[in-house]
Amino acid sequence: MEPAKIIEHSGGVIGVSWLLIALPLLGAAFLLLGGRKTDKFGHLLGVATAVASFVVGVLVFLQLLGFDPAERRRAVPLYDFIPGLTKMGLLVDPLSISFVLLITGVGSLIHIYSIGYMAHDPNRRRFFAYLNLFVAAMLLLVLADNYIGLYVGWEGVGLASYLLIGFWQHKPSAATAAKKAFIVNRVGDFGLAIAIFTIFTAFNTVSFAGVMESGADPSQGTLTAIGLLLLLGACGKSAQLPLQSWLLDAMEGPTPVSALIHAATMVTAGVYLVTRSGAMFFPEGSTAAIAVTIVGVATLLAGAIIGTAKDDIKKALAGSTMSQIGYMMLAAGIGPAGYAFAIAHLITHGFFKADMFLGAGSVMHGMNDEVDMRKYGGLRKVMPITFATFLVGYLAIIGFPLLSGYFTKDGIIESAMEYSSTLGWLAVLGAGITGFYMSRLVFMTFFGKKRWEADAHPHESPAVMTWPLIILSVGSIFLGGFLIVGNRFMTFLGPAVGQPEHLPSFHPFSVPGLVTLALVAAGAALAWFKYGAAEVPVTAPRGSFLTTFARRDLYGDALNEALFMRPGQWLTRLAVFFDNRGIDGLVNGIAAGIGGTSGRLRRVQTGFVRSYALSIFIGAAILVGAWFVVGNL
Amino acid sequence: MTTHYLVLSALLFVIGGVGVLVRRNAIVVFMCVELMLNACNLAFVTFARQNGNLDGQVIAFFVMIVAAAEVVIGLAIIVTIFRTRRSASVDDVNLLKY
Amino acid sequence: MHYWLSTLIGVPVVGAIGVAAVKNELRAKQATLGISLLVLALAVAMAVQFSPNGDKFQFTETYDWVPSFGVHFGLGVDGIALVLILLSVVLVPIVVLASWHEAEGGKRSARTYFALLLVLEAMMIGVFAATDVFLFYVFFEAMLIPMYFMIGSYGGAQRSYAAVKFLLYSLFGGLLMLVAVIALYTIADKGSFMFSDLVGSIQDAGTQKWLFLGFFIAFAIKAPLWPFHTWLPDAAAQAPAGAAVLLVGVLDKVGTYGMLRFCLELFPAAADYFTPLVLVLSVVGIVYGAIVAIGQTDMKRLIAYTSISHFGFITLGVFAITVNGASGATLYMVNHGFSTGALFLIAGFLIHRRGSQYISDYGGVQKVAPILAGTFLVAGLSGLALPGLNSFVSEFMVLIGSYETQPVYAIIATSGVVLAAIYILWMYQRTMNGPTADSVREMKDLNGREKWVLAPLIAVIIALGFFPKPLLDVINPAVKDSISQVQHVQEASKASVAQEGQ
Repeated sequence: MEPAKIIEHSGGVIGVSWLLIALPLLGAAFLLLGGRKTDKFGHLLGVATAVASFVVGVLVFLQLLGFDPAERRRAVPLYDFIPGLTKMGLLVDPLSISFVLLITGVGSLIHIYSIGYMAHDPNRRRFFAYLNLFVAAMLLLVLADNYIGLYVGWEGVGLASYLLIGFWQHKPSAATAAKKAFIVNRVGDFGLAIAIFTIFTAFNTVSFAGVMESGADPSQGTLTAIGLLLLLGACGKSAQLPLQSWLLDAMEGPTPVSALIHAATMVTAGVYLVTRSGAMFFPEGSTAAIAVTIVGVATLLAGAIIGTAKDDIKKALAGSTMSQIGYMMLAAGIGPAGYAFAIAHLITHGFFKADMFLGAGSVMHGMNDEVDMRKYGGLRKVMPITFATFLVGYLAIIGFPLLSGYFTKDGIIESAMEYSSTLGWLAVLGAGITGFYMSRLVFMTFFGKKRWEADAHPHESPAVMTWPLIILSVGSIFLGGFLIVGNRFMTFLGPAVGQPEHLPSFHPFSVPGLVTLALVAAGAALAWFKYGAAEVPVTAPRGSFLTTFARRDLYGDALNEALFMRPGQWLTRLAVFFDNRGIDGLVNGIAAGIGGTSGRLRRVQTGFVRSYALSIFIGAAILVGAWFVVGNL
Repeated sequence: MTTHYLVLSALLFVIGGVGVLVRRNAIVVFMCVELMLNACNLAFVTFARQNGNLDGQVIAFFVMIVAAAEVVIGLAIIVTIFRTRRSASVDDVNLLKY
Repeated sequence: MHYWLSTLIGVPVVGAIGVAAVKNELRAKQATLGISLLVLALAVAMAVQFSPNGDKFQFTETYDWVPSFGVHFGLGVDGIALVLILLSVVLVPIVVLASWHEAEGGKRSARTYFALLLVLEAMMIGVFAATDVFLFYVFFEAMLIPMYFMIGSYGGAQRSYAAVKFLLYSLFGGLLMLVAVIALYTIADKGSFMFSDLVGSIQDAGTQKWLFLGFFIAFAIKAPLWPFHTWLPDAAAQAPAGAAVLLVGVLDKVGTYGMLRFCLELFPAAADYFTPLVLVLSVVGIVYGAIVAIGQTDMKRLIAYTSISHFGFITLGVFAITVNGASGATLYMVNHGFSTGALFLIAGFLIHRRGSQYISDYGGVQKVAPILAGTFLVAGLSGLALPGLNSFVSEFMVLIGSYETQPVYAIIATSGVVLAAIYILWMYQRTMNGPTADSVREMKDLNGREKWVLAPLIAVIIALGFFPKPLLDVINPAVKDSISQVQHVQEASKASVAQEGQ
């Protein structure tokens, strides 16, 4: 089934859905311009705008549900943004509203959590301003009804991510990580920008509705090019291979940021982009769509492998995020059969990964900001709520039966199997590795003996931090089943992205499902023997070649350094030298040449009157001679 | 007939020119310039007579007047130079150079 | 008959004489600020009466100047000129306020500096408003004089080198243009230098090419286009920050404005012929300027090189010969004036505090002067064309417009987007982030005057990022008219190729 037509809408809550973006944006502006005067209530205002935005989101959702499914794609025109190029408007449809609820819902919880987490930071107000800015930009990204509006949000979240990764910018590592994230993202944006140029040239519009309904029929090559360029953009934002390297460094940011931006929402923007453009540029079986699935599978394995070797709890989780987004990309590349699973997994992942990141933050909060899991151990007794909620998130991500991740990930694996058994089995393998590294993380952190630093006094976090954890873990338990069972989400999303002719039926005991479960159990068991039952050394052992390979992020950074950074530095030096000596040298050389020639020529002015007289005579003689010659011709 | 006058004029002009170029004494150089001017005057008068009009004659008068004015200023300069430098050689007056 | 434009030129000239005559320095400064604000008010009052879809040139005034040669004192503005005049008159009061203490260490008195600023303002308005080619040339050259003195008398250590280089380079280009102006007058044989009389008067393609080159080289030096750019880093680095803002923000725009107005309209066939060459130079400039900017150690030179990269975008947009490209380029001229102006001013504030232009002498300023750092970041992000800020709209329009006709060049140019992120963020990181350097520990944050300088700039940067429509509505019709000549030539040559093919 093709996506439904987009209908212009006015009135009702949907008519003012721009409030979704405006509220957090105003919050950010107020907090940034208000300065120190707003320090006292800044965090509360930040939370209030996020929650208000969530409330508006829910109202919009309810109004949308009131429409017939085929009429649930509503365009809300706003104003003429760039005359001749595009108007700005919002597209409220099942896809965007799913994101809106995720962003504002999980976003609000993380805002609340941050009140506690950032309580002792002197710049807490600025932190909330940036968080608000992020929420506004992310909402614009998913709500814009055209590619340029999407691009504005796309780079806007990049900016917020830059500001928040570098929030503790007095640390050089944080500043560098922030810059790296922005620049790597810009490489992806380069692809997205060119994709938009091509779309505009081919369709003479950049609005989703316009592209969908345009009579233009560009060549297959153009469509493939657009698809691949969009994929490049998606790779940058979603940390997919080959633009994955920034995500692990991005963990320098405060942990709520990692939870909100680098796990639950922003990094999934690539999946949104592919899904949103799916019907147009990633038709089933097209080159671009195949490329998406390949990128997805490669990243899900790479992320999982990186996750196995990290001792830094946040980096292990970041590897896991990469890997899970790989699953979503894989599903998004499959086509209408996969979109619903991609987005459903995205939403459940938003819950359980945010849950675990915030849990990790809670652990760090109690452990003097220690992130090395080798210095944790046995925390389940001192942090019971954190442990319980973390455990829920853990079980959800490894796909423990009947928890959220079980339904959504299994859906992806099933549809991948149907699409291509190779990709399907690789996805199963990834699930097995997930079972191992997540269990390793949980065992190293919460089980085993205490390996704490002498001055560590772990304690449970305050209620303002634990309540968000509890709510998120409730979502991690039930959301997946709610969305998947009975294809509830697939039929909801169908009008926006299209859905397959035959809705899949859920088989709890299919072969791949059982193999996945077996592999996950084996992974967990292996992790138990290595990290749960056995002693974990406080300093990391040297490890085999493979361990080093994974620890060094599969040599991604080394590769970037050798391929881009070093030659880039060399090129820069060469260009500066060439500019100073070459071009400017030429300019100054000409000037010096003229100066030097004049200096020599002026020697003719000897000051001897008689030689001047002689030159006058010679000149006169030449003139007279010339006159004779010319006259006789 | 006029050829003789013109030859004489050319001869005087060349003598004057060579004098300007080779002599160092400013007074002599100056006189040589006068010689050249007068050579020109001779040529003008000759042509005027040959063509039977007065144009050349008139120009000769102009030249004389200009020459007179020039003598006044030139001699004044030479005298001033002689006063400061105790020499009338043109080669000693070479301060105005590169 | 209106007197808007002659008033706009006259007020700062008279004001300059007055300011030079005032003995009290503070009074002189206040008077300068007042006069520049008056000019701003007048210009805004004029601009609101402009009708975008009316005549091509509006508020026209024409007086005979040298009747025997058909030289007129002809003034008038279209949409392109109007927005550039607005840019100039907005920047001048800001620069006056920013330069409050700047001229005090100079060779000449501070009063002279402010008088020169006002003279420069008059010249800038005149050069954009001139509808007579000869008058344009006169303003084009006369503009150099106040700027020469501002760099040469109030600049940094190497000021005389920079000032002379700037003057000679510009004069060289100006003389080529003079030759072309006279040749245009003679060959066109209309007995008039008025732009409207000269448009379409040269039909022969060979003649057009030579005249085009005469104008183009002058504008390429002014803009500056690669490889005529090396005077700019020297001049901008040595000029006082306020003068650098006007130099890069407005004076250089005369070059790109001239290309759009004179090169395209007077010599459409030649413009079509030289398009590939200009596009290559633009794209080289974009990438090259950005790479060299990355390698700079001096803050002001770095900003100057980023401008070279940006000017590449502008010429790319102009010579893409599409409405989006040329409108984007025009908007880019305005936006670049604001964002680079802000960058230069903030760099000037930093340098004023620390006394060094070198990036390595800074570090961790964000901690001690957060507002200064914040404004620097906003201006920098505008420089790297972040969506939501002004430059994004223009850069995107230029790229999308050039992609329509010249996809290869547009793709190479887009890589400048990545490089821009590197040079801006790396500079920001080295100056503002990391541990606070000892030398900047005592640094004060922005004071009240400096906040007033930057607030309007930042406001404009953000406002134009979300709502560029008012400017684009004025620019679009004018640009359509400007490029229509070249489009005719292109269509004609396509048609003839098609005929030959048959």
